[in-house]
Amino acid sequence: MIYHQAIVVGGGMAGLRVAIEAGAQVDTALISLVHPVRSHSGAAQGGINASLGNAEGGKDDNWESHAFDTVKGSDYLADQNAAEILTKEAPERIFELEHWGVPFSRTEEGKIAQRPFGGAGFPRTCYAADKTGHVIMHTLFEQAVKRKIKVCPEWMALALVVEDGACRGVIALELITGRVEAFKAEAVILATGGAGRIYGHSTNGMIVTGSGMAIAYQAGMPLKDMEFIQFHPTSLYGTNILVTEGARGEGGYIVNNRGERFMQRYAPQAMELAPRDIVARAIQTEIEEGRGFEDAYVHLDLRHLGRERILERLPGIRDICMDFAGVDPIEKPIPIQPGQHYTMGGIDCNEAGETELRGLFAAGECACVTAHGANRLGGNSLLETVVFGKRAGEKAAQFVRGKEGAQAGDGAVLEALEKVRGKIAGLMEAEGGENHSAIRAQMKEMMTEKVGIFREEKAMTQALGRIKELQERYRRAQLTYKGNKFNLDLARCLELEGMLEVAEVIVSGAIARRESRGSHYRLDYRERDDENWLKHTIARRTPQGPQLSYRDVVITRWKPEARKY
Amino acid sequence: MAEPAKSSLKVFRFDPDRDREPHFDTFEVPQREGLTVLEALFDILETQDGSLAFRYACRGAVCGSCAMYINGAYRLACQTQVAAFSSGELTVGPMPHFPVIKDLAVDMTEFFRKYERIMPFLVAQSAPPEKERVQTPEAREAIDEMVDCILCGCCYSSCPTVWTDKEYLGPAALTKAYRFLADSRDEAAGERLSIVAGGDGIWRCHTIFNCAEACPKRINPTWSIQQLKRKSALRRLSSWLIRSST
Ligand SMILES: Cc1cc2nc3c(=O)[nH]c(=O)nc-3n(C[C@H](O)[C@H](O)[C@H](O)COP(=O)(O)OP(=O)(O)OC[C@H]3O[C@@H](n4cnc5c(N)ncnc54)[C@H](O)[C@@H]3O)c2cc1C
Ligand code: SF4
Ligand code: SF4
Ligand code: FES
Repeated sequence: MIYHQAIVVGGGMAGLRVAIEAGAQVDTALISLVHPVRSHSGAAQGGINASLGNAEGGKDDNWESHAFDTVKGSDYLADQNAAEILTKEAPERIFELEHWGVPFSRTEEGKIAQRPFGGAGFPRTCYAADKTGHVIMHTLFEQAVKRKIKVCPEWMALALVVEDGACRGVIALELITGRVEAFKAEAVILATGGAGRIYGHSTNGMIVTGSGMAIAYQAGMPLKDMEFIQFHPTSLYGTNILVTEGARGEGGYIVNNRGERFMQRYAPQAMELAPRDIVARAIQTEIEEGRGFEDAYVHLDLRHLGRERILERLPGIRDICMDFAGVDPIEKPIPIQPGQHYTMGGIDCNEAGETELRGLFAAGECACVTAHGANRLGGNSLLETVVFGKRAGEKAAQFVRGKEGAQAGDGAVLEALEKVRGKIAGLMEAEGGENHSAIRAQMKEMMTEKVGIFREEKAMTQALGRIKELQERYRRAQLTYKGNKFNLDLARCLELEGMLEVAEVIVSGAIARRESRGSHYRLDYRERDDENWLKHTIARRTPQGPQLSYRDVVITRWKPEARKY
Repeated sequence: MAEPAKSSLKVFRFDPDRDREPHFDTFEVPQREGLTVLEALFDILETQDGSLAFRYACRGAVCGSCAMYINGAYRLACQTQVAAFSSGELTVGPMPHFPVIKDLAVDMTEFFRKYERIMPFLVAQSAPPEKERVQTPEAREAIDEMVDCILCGCCYSSCPTVWTDKEYLGPAALTKAYRFLADSRDEAAGERLSIVAGGDGIWRCHTIFNCAEACPKRINPTWSIQQLKRKSALRRLSSWLIRSST
């Protein structure tokens, strides 16, 4: 058994920011499925929002305006107090990152450069070319090194330890050795990222599987607003690697097979820079109505920006297009289609990262505070990782200090450890004959097809039935490799169990929500229905499946109104 | 229906706890347009051999997990198209000169230990201003290349000095050191230079450019190392001048 006062699970931007904060006050260790610098935050391209007013045309920006854009973008499902905190604390967090060494791109006066992003009233997205996530995450890791925070890379958390209404630690598998160990702690902070890979056609890295959400859910924690899945309008046709919104922020056009900038029919004011849900649906509609190419994609055209601007502002995008699609955007338009991108929902927690369970906290994409509501604005989720990461770290440390001396016994921890060891031993011996990779592939395809950009009752009900079938088959999953060392077969099989459960929560919430709001678009209920549905979905695990209840949205100053761009 | 065309992958296999020596297994993987080496490895893992070990995360050439030695060159498996090698077999091995954990996954502990030795973080002595520290676009451009590093280890694996000199800091750590030295906001030049100019640092580099050739992000560590050598020489010279003039 390993003991630290605080254990952070996840080494992306949220986990690192939590660890830096908690580590300053209490003994903290960070465990992560991959080495922190491999985390998915590093793939973020476009930028991070704060109303600094550094850009030409951004002088009148302020946090209230940022908060309003966030609330409006969320289709009024964001808790407005959370949106206020997110935006009010943004400048301070950005300057802190800059002081820690983040190499932001610069304006002529040497300030942090900012670009326009979708759904934003002012250019407020701070960036480092199109590698913003990469540079921030490396900087946060550097700060963790500087502070000598203990990092345990390549440990996969599998279960939480719960005793007497408190979290006592986490059970994890060391990938390299196959060792299963208990990490006992006074506080556990989950920062495990989104759940994108439950879908096919996802911009997310292959390790983004919702495993933190799953282990919280399995430990009895509710998941909130899980039916809200963001589809990014522009992912590269073929691999679905993201082409940042920054490409449109810099002035890129989206055109169909008739050469028409069709956004003028969907969002005549904002055009290509309308919020993501609107642009994604527009593209999908064009493709489905025969105005795409090969019935699968449309074009993102950057050619008019010119070579120099593309090389300066979007060098990473150019590399991606050339490496993965064989297209040089300086010379040819980029084939793009919508792809799953972000999980708005997550582990239910408050603005301090506290969950229902004492000693359990959550931060980053796996958490749902909720500042993004039904649709997250680009540039707001990197912001969330640092604003709410800091807050969760602070609160967790405060919690640990408050209970100093009152260490619980080891009984529950050892029991949980034995349970997980037994489960793995069982899997190793199982001979049901089912290939879990096939189950995973079917789940992904089905989620994209039936619970995707356009939704309706019938298809989703089928989807729910299919998930139950897949769960049934999962019980007969059989491993082909039974060794301990670096057993990807085992790790991926364990991961799938949680993915199926999270998928079930997504579908259940989506079927129940009979309205269209933000990313959740129902062909059978096309309008937003504030009277009945201005509320959060709370899903709790029961043996029969998720049990749904609802909670009011916090409204402080902005009355819901129609969302026009 | 005709069988889809297949590509043949010869994959390095080794479990140091079980095998006396490494061997190669050959797998046939269905070909399709855009198939990357990483996807081919997944095909093998999922349908043919669940014991295969390799690292992955982003699949978009940004995380540095999947660096391997593919047909005699350092590459990111996720960035490499199988079809790029139309003739014959594809040979996939781990990055050489790293200890193998299993198959294609190598032990990078030493690599990261050396990274930590060069103080890989911005050091500013002066108190931070209320807002951002000012940095001109030109000053920012000076570190453009180095901040791209994804710590994949290719350069380190390719460096003959690393092979023979266990404590040599190596091209990645030195590139990181230069990233901070060249950052107009950093104020620890002296300390950092004395680390990199110490016995395990820059003066061991023979300017062979292996590392520059190996880097999948087109970074040139040799160049950074040369800049460090220049700065270090200048510093020695100026401290000598100061001493001899007083
Ligand atoms: C391609 C792409 C581009 C994006 N661009 C932007 C952008 O420009 N601006 C913006 O604001 N947002 C952007 N986003 C969203 C943003 O990047 C993410 O929401 C954010 O980085 C999430 O950070 P995180 O720390 O919560 O999670 P992650 O960075 O995903 O980190 C999760 C961590 O948890 C660990 N982990 C997971 N499961 C386990 C487990 N079971 N046990 C132990 N460890 C585990 C992983 O190893 C990893 O370290 C983008 C997203 C994508 C996919
Ligand atoms: S140039 Fe220097 S660092 Fe690069 S491979 Fe040669 S000896 Fe190693
Ligand atoms: S310099 Fe290049 S090869 Fe070396 S670690 Fe960085 S990205 Fe990899
Ligand atoms: S998987 Fe991230 S670089 Fe290849």
